[in-house]
Amino acid sequence: MKREEGDVVKPILKGRAHVFGDDINTDYIIAGKYTKTLDYKSLASHLFEDLDPEFTKKLLPGDFIVAGRNFGCGSSREQAPIAIKYAGIGAVLARSFSRIFFRNAINLGLPVFVCDTSNIRAEDPLEIDLKEQVVRNCRTKKTCVVEPLAPVMMDIINEGGLVPYLKKHKDFNLKK
Amino acid sequence: MGKTIVEKILSSHCNEDIRAGDYVVARVDLAMSHDSTGPIAIEAFKKYEEGHVWDSSKVCFVLDHATPSPNERVSNLHTMIKDFATSQGIKVYDVGEGVCHQVVVEKGLVCPGDFVVGTDSHTCTYGALNALSFGVGSTDMSGVLLTGKLWLKVPEVLKIIYKGTLPRGVFSKDLMLYTIGRIGAAGADYLAIEFAGDGIKAMNMSERLVMCNMSIECGAKAGYMEADEVTLSWLEGRVNRAFEPVFDDLDAKFADVYEWDISDLTPQVACPHTVDNVFSVEEVQGEEIQQIFIGTCTNGRLEDLRIAAQILRGRRIKEGLRLLVCPASRDVMLASMKEGVLLSLVESGATIIPPGCGPCPGTHLGVPADGERVLSTANRNFKGRMGNNKAEIFLASPATCAASAIEGRVVDPRKYLN
Ligand code: SF4
Repeated sequence: MKREEGDVVKPILKGRAHVFGDDINTDYIIAGKYTKTLDYKSLASHLFEDLDPEFTKKLLPGDFIVAGRNFGCGSSREQAPIAIKYAGIGAVLARSFSRIFFRNAINLGLPVFVCDTSNIRAEDPLEIDLKEQVVRNCRTKKTCVVEPLAPVMMDIINEGGLVPYLKKHKDFNLKK
Repeated sequence: MGKTIVEKILSSHCNEDIRAGDYVVARVDLAMSHDSTGPIAIEAFKKYEEGHVWDSSKVCFVLDHATPSPNERVSNLHTMIKDFATSQGIKVYDVGEGVCHQVVVEKGLVCPGDFVVGTDSHTCTYGALNALSFGVGSTDMSGVLLTGKLWLKVPEVLKIIYKGTLPRGVFSKDLMLYTIGRIGAAGADYLAIEFAGDGIKAMNMSERLVMCNMSIECGAKAGYMEADEVTLSWLEGRVNRAFEPVFDDLDAKFADVYEWDISDLTPQVACPHTVDNVFSVEEVQGEEIQQIFIGTCTNGRLEDLRIAAQILRGRRIKEGLRLLVCPASRDVMLASMKEGVLLSLVESGATIIPPGCGPCPGTHLGVPADGERVLSTANRNFKGRMGNNKAEIFLASPATCAASAIEGRVVDPRKYLN
């Protein structure tokens, strides 16, 4: 189920929620000591290790990370969204993201969405409908709207990330 | 309606009249990458199968995060970067040159008015030179290497005007910790911060770099300042291209303007495990410390080592405590050797670490033991930051660090400064 670069994101994503709080920094996502590698699978095996050493064992392919405010703050290390993506996470939902993390995730083709996550509990089954731009919580039967992405971000996500985007277009094209 | 420095710099880098909130594609004057995030950027760049980077003279690599290499994995990544750079004609600052952000400013690679990106969140440091600079991820960097451009949303600006000047024994590190504590880790999310006022004008370049360096710790996209005499005299002899300082228009529009009087500020300490968990030194003093680290792109400059040496001269560090000192660059190391600064630090019991990031990112040197407390001049105290999630990190100025080394606990440095 692991998505590779260039795989276009499916219109409806389904998975269970793994819930985190506010200000989850990139050091928590992947500790600096593991970052010196280009083996992204091994990177992914240390995802969130400092917060929960058992975390990756609990994951099913396509599961979601659900967080509070300022997710991904701290360093610019792209190893953080890479570890999340290669661990098989389907998307990250948060009240807000740190700017660099958000961009990095989009560039990797990892779907990230800003929405009100306060009513999502651990293990909640969720559906993200990309077309309708909503998150459905199958436990509470409630839906919430995600903040729309900038058109350029949508374009990059739709191409499966920045590399396939630039391979195709050779340059940036901002639709006005 | 007038423009902020950000709007002016970005307008000139995309040849359009742009405003905060616009999405633009801007030309980059310098792209910097290092041994931690560079390899991923190179891997991504190779996927374009385009051969050459857009302009090799505007790219540099610095090997600093794990230097000298601790193991064969890192050694091979260093070689990979150097091979790529050689094949592209890109300059590499090799092992021992220093922390990327010090090397970049010291070597005169940034001028006022520039737009700079680097694959490191503290690339915002160069704002002290009246440039717009910030960190990007490795894939974004691959796009910059290919096109020489970056797309971005033009940020609004939070202007902080510091009135008065810092009292004796209180430094720009204290002011920045105070600022972050007051506005919070996400207080400037999606904004750029302009640091202004007499408090900034009175600072030397070393102190100004500290402010901009840590602007990311309150979520800012960038931190910057206007250029003045201090900027120009610092740049003289370092840069050899023409540049034009950029100023706010008088009627520029800001997201917010804060005015704070700083003349009564006290030394500040950020407590574990977030940078915005800030207290006055009086509230923290007495906390026992096992390791002290003076260095990094925040506070590893000559002025920082000087004040530490001044406090420690003729004294010994507390028995059982480790004092690690890492000059931010080879030039800083040389200057502090010539001045006798390193001599007196070593005489006091310090261990000198080769220029680079040193223990800051927890990749090899100076990893604390379980339960230990570290007092550091770095910019981050996240759990696990220095390589052990069972250690605690406190952040303070070089003066507070040096004074605390004498007693083995957090102390107010002012009593050692006469
Ligand atoms: S010294 Fe620390 S904060 Fe600065 S670039 Fe190196 S790892 Fe990053």
